[in-house]
Order: sequence, then structure tokens, then C-alpha cells
Amino acid sequence: MNFKTLVAAVLCLTITSSIAAQDCSYTITGTVIDYHSKTALPGATILVIDSDLSTVSDIDGSYSIKGVCPGKIELEVFHPECPTVIIPMKIEESRVFDIKLEHHLEELDEVKVVGNSIGDQTNSALEETLDLETLETYSTGNIGDALKELGGVSSLNTGANIVKPSIHGLNGSRVLILNDGVRMQDMEWGDEHAPNIDVNAAGSVSVVKGAAALQYGGDAIGGTVVIDLGRIPQIDSLYGKTMVTGVSNGRGGNLVSELTKSYENGWFVKGQGSYKRLGDHETPDYVLSNTGVEEMAASLQFGKHEFTSGWDVRYSFFNTELAVLRASHIGNVDDLIRSINGGEPEVVRSFTYDLLNPRQEVNHHLGKFKYYNRFEGIGKWTVQYDFQSNRRFEYDIRRGEDDDRASIDLQLTTQTISTDFKWDAKEKFHLQLGLLGRYQDNFANPDTGVRRLIPDYTKYDIGSFLIGEYRVNDRLLLDAGLRYDFSQIDAKKFYSTSRWEERGYDEEFQELVIDGSGSQLLVNPVFDYHNVTTTVGGKYSPTLNAEFNMNYTMAQRAPNPSELFSDGLHHSAARIELGDLRIDSETSHKITVSYEQNFDNWGWSVEPFINSIRNFILLEPSGVEFTIRGAFPLWEYRQTNARLTGVDGLVYSQWSDRWKSEHRFSLVKGRDTDKGTALINIPAANLRNKIVFNHSEWNGFEATLESQYVFKQNEVPNNITVFSPEQQQDVLLDINSAPDAYHLFGFHSKMEFPFANNTKLTTSLSINNLLNTQYRDYLNRQRYFADDLGRNIILQLKFNY
Amino acid sequence: MKTIKFLSLLATAAILFNSCSDDDDAPEEIHEEEVITTMTVILTPEQGGDAVTLQSRDLDGEGPDAPVLTVGNLAANTVYNGEIELLNETETPVENITTEVEEEGDDHQFIFVTSGSIASVDYSDQDEDGNPIGIEFSLTTGEAGSANLAITLRHEPTKPNDGSLSDAGGETDIAQSFEITVE
Repeated sequence: MNFKTLVAAVLCLTITSSIAAQDCSYTITGTVIDYHSKTALPGATILVIDSDLSTVSDIDGSYSIKGVCPGKIELEVFHPECPTVIIPMKIEESRVFDIKLEHHLEELDEVKVVGNSIGDQTNSALEETLDLETLETYSTGNIGDALKELGGVSSLNTGANIVKPSIHGLNGSRVLILNDGVRMQDMEWGDEHAPNIDVNAAGSVSVVKGAAALQYGGDAIGGTVVIDLGRIPQIDSLYGKTMVTGVSNGRGGNLVSELTKSYENGWFVKGQGSYKRLGDHETPDYVLSNTGVEEMAASLQFGKHEFTSGWDVRYSFFNTELAVLRASHIGNVDDLIRSINGGEPEVVRSFTYDLLNPRQEVNHHLGKFKYYNRFEGIGKWTVQYDFQSNRRFEYDIRRGEDDDRASIDLQLTTQTISTDFKWDAKEKFHLQLGLLGRYQDNFANPDTGVRRLIPDYTKYDIGSFLIGEYRVNDRLLLDAGLRYDFSQIDAKKFYSTSRWEERGYDEEFQELVIDGSGSQLLVNPVFDYHNVTTTVGGKYSPTLNAEFNMNYTMAQRAPNPSELFSDGLHHSAARIELGDLRIDSETSHKITVSYEQNFDNWGWSVEPFINSIRNFILLEPSGVEFTIRGAFPLWEYRQTNARLTGVDGLVYSQWSDRWKSEHRFSLVKGRDTDKGTALINIPAANLRNKIVFNHSEWNGFEATLESQYVFKQNEVPNNITVFSPEQQQDVLLDINSAPDAYHLFGFHSKMEFPFANNTKLTTSLSINNLLNTQYRDYLNRQRYFADDLGRNIILQLKFNY
Repeated sequence: MKTIKFLSLLATAAILFNSCSDDDDAPEEIHEEEVITTMTVILTPEQGGDAVTLQSRDLDGEGPDAPVLTVGNLAANTVYNGEIELLNETETPVENITTEVEEEGDDHQFIFVTSGSIASVDYSDQDEDGNPIGIEFSLTTGEAGSANLAITLRHEPTKPNDGSLSDAGGETDIAQSFEITVE
């Protein structure tokens, strides 16, 4: 469905120039979609004025009118929930044309496709959506890989398996991930903690670049990733898909399968599962030893969705076991210096599927219940309860029998109840009010025999929001919102006395000590945070093919447990990480502007932003500490004032029926305005160009050649000088320098083979890093130790039934 | 009917939500078992005489305090039999790590790097494959003057190796250097 829409959207840009013969044999096909949410509109009547030709759009919004005569015609389109429009067009040959309707009662549509509409999350903020077809090409990858297709989205990687999305230069706790209406609570605070989401379960993924979608949370200073499931139509149907993908780099692949049964009366049930297995990845020159992964995911969803009311229940399970590059596990600062200067990883073994230490194992369970009821003439009430359990094990290389014992063993349990009411009876004015309560418990298992990096804690959150939108006229829409969040964190943590005193906590926080009798101090910090988020913006469409958005959002984020309590040696990274009890909420002021124009055969958009953050919390290397094992780089959390600015640009052009090209550019700059230095981990500027050739007559053949040029990040914090016990002198630790620019090519092609009974086989072949280029990326934490991935050939078979 | 079903589910959810009451149990204190706090090197003159002790002691482990060094003076032109003892003094009773290193001798090796008035360091022990471990060694001093002895314990080094840090590779479990006066 999404695929059809996409192809139609691509083709609708075509202008034709050939001279047509004077016979009435032309066909107009396309899709009727909602102008704002881009969702398909079924049931729209399309007729050619002054003829007896007419049709009605079907369940996925597509329509076809046969027997159209050449010359100037006018289409009249009406839909029960939209104002009627008349579209003049010139017919010279059969053409594809998408009809966009102004869907004033957007909510009506949302109810029909509840839980999955590719609707906008906000009106005025920057937003972009990935469709199912694009997501499927990332079936064996991670959600973070797929999101990089979007402008302004990059990722912070730890190797190929741990990919954290980064929006406009910000990641981790600043990026809120909403999985089917549930905010993910999966220890997103750690740099080497990837989101526990199966990319294969998503139907579409939208990214809001900023905190403007404050119905989901007030602290998304980076942005919000909204994962919607596939749409389930309200018809009697049984359908599914099975997808097999094989990849050369990692010598493995995955299997994905799903089945949906739906009924006209609103009942539905859907099951989905996937399994992935990869061995060691490879660079152009050597094997990245110990980089395999095994991943399993499954979900079951059922419920009844009707217009007036409905409910659904969903349970999903995600399990991943991933090996971390052996060469990235180091002993002390001298080992790090050796690795940085060495050029090649110290451990290169022959290829294996084995997952050895260091490795991670994570289980995530998610359960959700949602109910909604519509009150005639007033609005819609929704209530939702969700439960999440996240268990994380990290295994290090340890002495003796401890090798099978996790060094980190955390259990994070979260329960949330939320409700909202949306008044949408008035056509011009909508109001949404919501409340949320959340309880979270973190348990750090002492059986590890290693001091806890993150302590035991409980956390309460209470949030409330009010959002309004006002449609001034057909061209101008204004929105505004206000949100308040209270959160309280109650932790019990052991500090070594020397650390407690070195941090100066004995002067400021001595009253928090509840047990000082042991060799360590037991401390009970209870901190309250009051945060306010507010947004205001507008969307103005001067003409049908142009749109101007502007949004200002002020958002506050409370520090996460890692920023407050981190304390200790991170063995696998050979660094000592220190949080700070004094850290307070950070406040972001972000202004985004976007302007886009879409003409018949080309279009462009430009989206600049500025994000000024007061008390920005960051983690960066600050020095070294000495132990009997040698010196370790000390990474400290600190607060400063920061400013991020950037711009994303897009130009696309339909050169002919067959050829299309797309060009994207993204740039982010980050400054520590207090120190006047560059911020750490800001993505380098990048340029992506894509040429697409399609020949739908050849079984929907489409081929894409893509080039990605990533510039060198020239703005990095200063390197630090450390004393090397091995060399008996001060050495400049090249820890912040960025690798060189690189240029990668990719290729993708696909063909479709329809069979009887609405079944279809789609085959695709992709090659990433086509030229087997050797490179390292600034935002890959393993850049100190090894090159990035070499060529990867991906073959995929998808069967829809 | 529908409403009742829904309300009962809501009630269940509410009970679940509230049932997770705050547990006020204090967490269990963790004593790191793998930390090496203390390395003691006993150097006994081969010809007899008083033993000399070199010690590095870091009782807060990974904490902010740097290790405390104790360094005795060595006699010139003397052969010493050396022995290394590793302890974890954060545990009660104190744990001897030397035995663990000895048992996993093929996965460990001490590397000695010297300068100044130390003439040589030679291994006196072997692991199961006949490669040196370095828990026992002999040290020969040169003329009087100052010397530096850097002792590094590597985990999972390349074995056999030429006795240099770069050839041994692996991860560092201990790295400590001693400024010694040879008189």
C-alpha cells in the first residue's frame, strides 16, 4: 500500500511532452491522500467534468479512470470529510496523478487507522517519515541505520550492531523513541545501549526534529522518533508477508514473517516474528573479530477498532545478544595509546559465528493496553497502560571462572498510565489535554561482583499537557502547547569514601549518607525536578505547492541516572566515568524554520535550525586517574551552555519518466559557548546524492545508485595530555581527533513478480560500500581500534500473500 | 458489557501499577573481587642479606587516590631473587591474587622494563607451555646510580614473546614503575 503510494508519488511528478493521437484511450491513475497526514483516503469520488467518467478511490486510496480523451479536462473530487476540489489538467498521454485533499476532520481518519496513521505528530515542527519500503531494505540492520535516510538524522555507533539515532546532533536521553504509542524505557542513557526495537515490526517511522511533539514527553530536546505499526484495514481479510534476507558481510541473514486477520466489524489480530543471525563483520582488509549478533523478536496484537470506540492489546518481545569488537576491550591508557597509534586492531582472528566476551545480552518485554471512546459532538477520550521490562547483561573479559559472569546486570521495570482527551468537534479549533503517571524501578544485581555503574533507584513521573491548534484559514494553521513534568528519583548508591571526598560531596551532600559503617558509604539521594515545555508555531501554505513552517520550542530535561550517578571504571572502554550529583535540568530553546516547494517535476526544501541549550549536560574526557593498573582517561559529566545550529537541504528532480535524482545535504555545528570550544560527538557535514532509474514495465524494475560523502569533522574538542607510565612521559592522547572524510557508494535494485490471488514476490539486491572503501567514522566509538565495514551484498526475497 | 470489561481491565492495570510499592531494602554492598590493590616485590640477595621491598598499594582501587609507593634501595653489582605477590586488600580476609595468576599462567605474563643501574631481569619460572610468567625472576644491578623498574602484568598476551610490551600485546592488569636508588 505504502509502496503504491510511493511509486505514485514518484510518478506524479512526471510531466509529459509527447504529442498524443486524438483517441480517448488514456488512463489517469493515482492515489487520493490527505494533504496533511499523507494517509490514503478511500471512498473519494473522482469524476471528469463534462463526461460520464467517474470512479471511487479504493481502500488504499488508489483510483483509475480509463477512457480519458486528450486535451484540457477538469477533475472534480469529493469526499465526505473534505471540501470538494476541482483540478484542471492537460491530457496528452496516460498519466499518474496524486490527489491531495484538505482533510479537515483529520481525526476521523485517525480513528479508522488508529495506531498507525502516518499522520503528522505536530503541525509546525520539522518532520520526516520513512515508509515501509525503505524500512524493509534495512531488515537486517538496526532502526538507527534506517533513520539515517532522513535529513538531519545521524547515529552514534559502537560498531555495526549498536546504533543510537542522533537528531540534529543530539542522542541518548534527548531522543525520545515512541514505539506504537509507548515511550521506550530501555536504558537509553548509555552510549553503547542501542534502542531495543525490531526494525521489522515497524510500518512507518516518523522523526520530529525537536521537542515540539510534547504529547509524548517534554524532554525530547533532540527529537522524537515515532514508530507506527502497519495499518490494519477494517475489512474481512487475511494477509501476511514473509521476508528472507541474506547478507555477505557477517555471512548471515534474517527471516521475518507476519500474518494479520481483520474483520469488517473492527476485530483484528496480528502476529509477527523475526530472527537474525550474523557472524563477524569484515572491513575491506580484515575480520572485525567478535562482532556477531543474534536477535529475536516477536509481537502479538489484537483488538477491536471501530469509529466510536475501540481497544487493543499488544505484547512484544525483543532479545539481542551481540558481541563487541575484541580489540576494543583494553586495559589502560597505554593500551589505548597503542590502539590509536597502531592503525590495525590488536586482535584479528579468523571468521566465526561465535559470540565471545565482551558481549551484551538484552531482553525487552513490552505490554500495552489502549482504549478509546468518541463522544459525539465533543471529542475523543483515550486511556493507555503500558508495562516494560528491560534486562541488560554486559560480559567483560575477566579472570578465571568469572568469565561467564556478567559485569553489568541491570533490570529496569517501567509502568505508565496515560490518558488524554481531544476536543475536535469544532472544525477550526482543536484542543488536547493529557495526563501521565509513571513508575520506574532499576535494580542492579550485586551478583556481578563488580561495583555498580548505575545504582538501584526508583523514579516517579507525573506529566500533563495541553495542546491547541487553530486553523485561521485554508492557508494558515497555528499550534501551541504547554507541558509540565514532575519527576522524582530516589537512589541508593555506594560511594567509596575517597571518591565521595574527592568530589566534595562530603561538604555538600553529607546528610544523604545513610550508612557509613562499611568500607563504602551508602548514600540515598532523593532529587525532585520540575520541568516545563512549551511550543508555539505555524504552518503557512502560500500556494498549493509551497509550505512554510516555523516553530519555537522551549524544553527542559531532567538529568538521567547515568549523568547523576555514573561512578567507576568502564572496563570495556577503559575509561572512568563520573556523574555529578549537582547536575540539574537542562533547558533548550529551539527555533526551526522550513520552506518547501514542490513543482511538477522538481522540488526543494531547506530547514535551518538553532538550538540554544542552557546547562547542557555532556560527557567528555577531562584527564587521567592513576590506579595500580596504570592510568585511565577520566570522562566527566559537566554542564555548560551550548549552541547547536544547522541546516538540512533537499532537492529532487524527475528528469524523465525513467530517471529521477535526489540530493540531500546536512550540516550541524555545536559550540560550547562557555568555553568557546567545539562540542563533542557532533556529526560531520554530509552530502548524499541518489539517481533512480525505474522501468515499471519490467516487473516494476527500479535501480538506485547512491553516493554518500561525509566530510571530516574539523570542529572537535581539544585532545588531552596524559602521562604514559609505559613511555615514562606526557603523551598527547589523540582521543578527540576525527578521522578523514570518506566517500561511499551504494547500489539498490528490485523487481516484483505478482502471482494470482493477490500474492506477490519482490526481489531486491543491494550493495553497500560498493567499492569496498576503507574508512572510519567520527561517530563510531570503535574508530580508535578498527576500520568500518567493507562491502556488503544484500539479497532479499519478500513474499506478500 | 463492553464498558464493564474495559473498567475491569483498567482496574487490573491500576492494581498492577500500585502494587509495585517502594522497597526500602538497602542494596547489598559489593566488594570487588578482581581488583588488585597491592603489588609487593620482594628482592632477596642471592648471596644472602636483607631482602628489599618494592610495593605499590592502592586501597581505593579505581578510586581517585593514586597508588602509594614504597621503594627500598638496592646494592650495586648484586644479583637478587625476586618474587611478586598480588593482593586484593578490599576483601576480608585479604585475597591473594598471585595464585590465580599462577593457575592461569598461560594467560598472564609480567613484563619488566628497566633503565639506569639495573643490568638485567631474567625470568625464573614457567607456565605449562614452558613460557615465562614472571612471578619469580632474578634481577642484577649494575654500578651505583639511579634506576627505573617498570613492572607490567598483561592479561591474554601473545605467548611466547620477546619480553617487550609491544610484542606481548594483551591487556594491562598492572602497570607500575619504581624509581630506585642503587648504592
